[in-house]
Amino acid sequence: MISKNPALRTLGAIVAVVLAVAWAFPVYWMINSSFQSPRTIANLTPTFSPFGGTTANYEAVVSSSGFGGALRMSLVVTGIALVVCIIVAFLGALAISRFRFRGRKGLVLAIILVQMLPAEAMFIAQYKMIAGLGLLNTVGGISIIYVAAVVPFTMWMLRGFVAGIPADLEEAAQIDGCSRFGAFMRVTFPLLAPGLVASGVFAFLQVWNEFALASIMLTSSDSQTLPLWLRNFSQSSAFGQIEWGQVMAASTLVAVPVIIFFLIVQGRMTKGMVGGAVKG
Amino acid sequence: MNTTVPAPADAARVPDAPARRRRRPTLPYWLSIPAVIVLLVGMGYPLVWQIWNSFREYGLAQQFGQDPEFIGLDNYIQLLSDSGFWLVLGKSVAFMAVTAVATMAIGIGLAIFMKMIPDWSRIILQVALLLAWAMPIVAQLTVWNWLINARNGVINHVLSMIPGVDMIGHNWLVNPLSFFAVASIIITWASVPFVTLSVYAGLTQVSEEVLEAAGLDGANRWQQLRQIILPILRPVLVILLLLQMIWDLRVYAQIELLQGFGARGSKYDLLGTYIYSLGVGQGKFGLAAAAAMIVMLFTIALSWFYVRELLKEDKS
Repeated sequence: MISKNPALRTLGAIVAVVLAVAWAFPVYWMINSSFQSPRTIANLTPTFSPFGGTTANYEAVVSSSGFGGALRMSLVVTGIALVVCIIVAFLGALAISRFRFRGRKGLVLAIILVQMLPAEAMFIAQYKMIAGLGLLNTVGGISIIYVAAVVPFTMWMLRGFVAGIPADLEEAAQIDGCSRFGAFMRVTFPLLAPGLVASGVFAFLQVWNEFALASIMLTSSDSQTLPLWLRNFSQSSAFGQIEWGQVMAASTLVAVPVIIFFLIVQGRMTKGMVGGAVKG
Repeated sequence: MNTTVPAPADAARVPDAPARRRRRPTLPYWLSIPAVIVLLVGMGYPLVWQIWNSFREYGLAQQFGQDPEFIGLDNYIQLLSDSGFWLVLGKSVAFMAVTAVATMAIGIGLAIFMKMIPDWSRIILQVALLLAWAMPIVAQLTVWNWLINARNGVINHVLSMIPGVDMIGHNWLVNPLSFFAVASIIITWASVPFVTLSVYAGLTQVSEEVLEAAGLDGANRWQQLRQIILPILRPVLVILLLLQMIWDLRVYAQIELLQGFGARGSKYDLLGTYIYSLGVGQGKFGLAAAAAMIVMLFTIALSWFYVRELLKEDKS
């Protein structure tokens, strides 16, 4: 569909670049502001040119109270949720993709339906449950909820990867003398590794970024995850003078690792979904 | 969760392995036990609690030990006869409709546009879209709050460069309509990339030969779009629209964050923040459970089509 008229093509390219600049501008502005000194930022005329050249904002943020604790909390919660989720989802995915059994359909329907439910539809009940167990503001409490939230999607995603590996391969290995478990570990598991990594990164992104449930279950100041800490950091001075340079540095610190991970796996996201829909 | 993503459909291409191992029928049950336990604890129990308590009087008095009383449909009747609830529901649905339609329109437009431009400029645009898509919600809202800052935010500054316009000092979050417009723009900005890249991926599957043949037969660009491209894309578009509707109904995080930036109050509520303040805020857990049930049923009704598609995919 590319136009044959060179003038039109150039025009299209120019419009594309303008749109790209506009779309990425908030991200650029976050990074740009994070390197500007308070004086530059307070200027009524914004400074558009890149990089004011000070890292003072980052130093202030990293040494500010709460950042270290929030980073640790996020790492612990994400680590626990991720490990449990991958193991549980992997076993479940094997069950629903390699076997036909009674109750399978119910399980599949449950994991699909649960993915559709918004946090809003359940968070009051989950809050009451965690409060009843005395687990508000604890790693354990939020981890239970997170594992339940990411297992369905991870399981569904892994199901696709497992189904993509022919069971014939394993049977061939068994004929050649492998035990059934040995055949699985030597043949199927290595082939699944990329799928496990991709699903793991998705689960990581979901838990690492999660805000709604955390904001309800982790209210005390010493049990905050990074998104909560960023929220508080940007709101704590809402009535005084906001240090925008520091807030943007904090925001950048939270966003950049996520953006990098995201860029690694995004291809699968669009490809997978549309591939199925077009064929279906 | 907010970033739930449509499941990859790699499996759709590969037929499911036939069920060969009938010899040991207990194994699949052992394998699914952990998943079932996780679902029962994290989702099943809260769901039952919620259904149960949506039929009970569960307010502050019950918080302090009084036994919750079974009151049948009273919670639902009270909500449905409360004009405040209808207002929030109406606002949420309107917000969803506007945001979803805007996202779809811009997303499809950009995807078609991307087909018409040279490769290098398309890649620049794709990278820019990916950057916006990858931003964590809290970071998104924090940056936008800085962009719309009343005194030295960039947006007010740029608008003020238009002759005769002075926006310096204008607070975008005070007027509720403007508050929701800001929320809608931020969400659209963040969700267009997914729509554009999905539609673009779909467009690349439309064969150039067919379009050329249609061109030779005298179909103009518009006719090619209407008669060939759109029918091929239809399933993708339907699913994307559904997902956008579901996602734009669940905007608790964005609304709660924007409220925290300086606009607290029920007039800035959508369903998520409304349920939260009803339950955790005011301690009316019975009512909140009933409201959450209404949202849940609404979501399931909306997503039923998508669920059916996924089930079909599971069968293939």
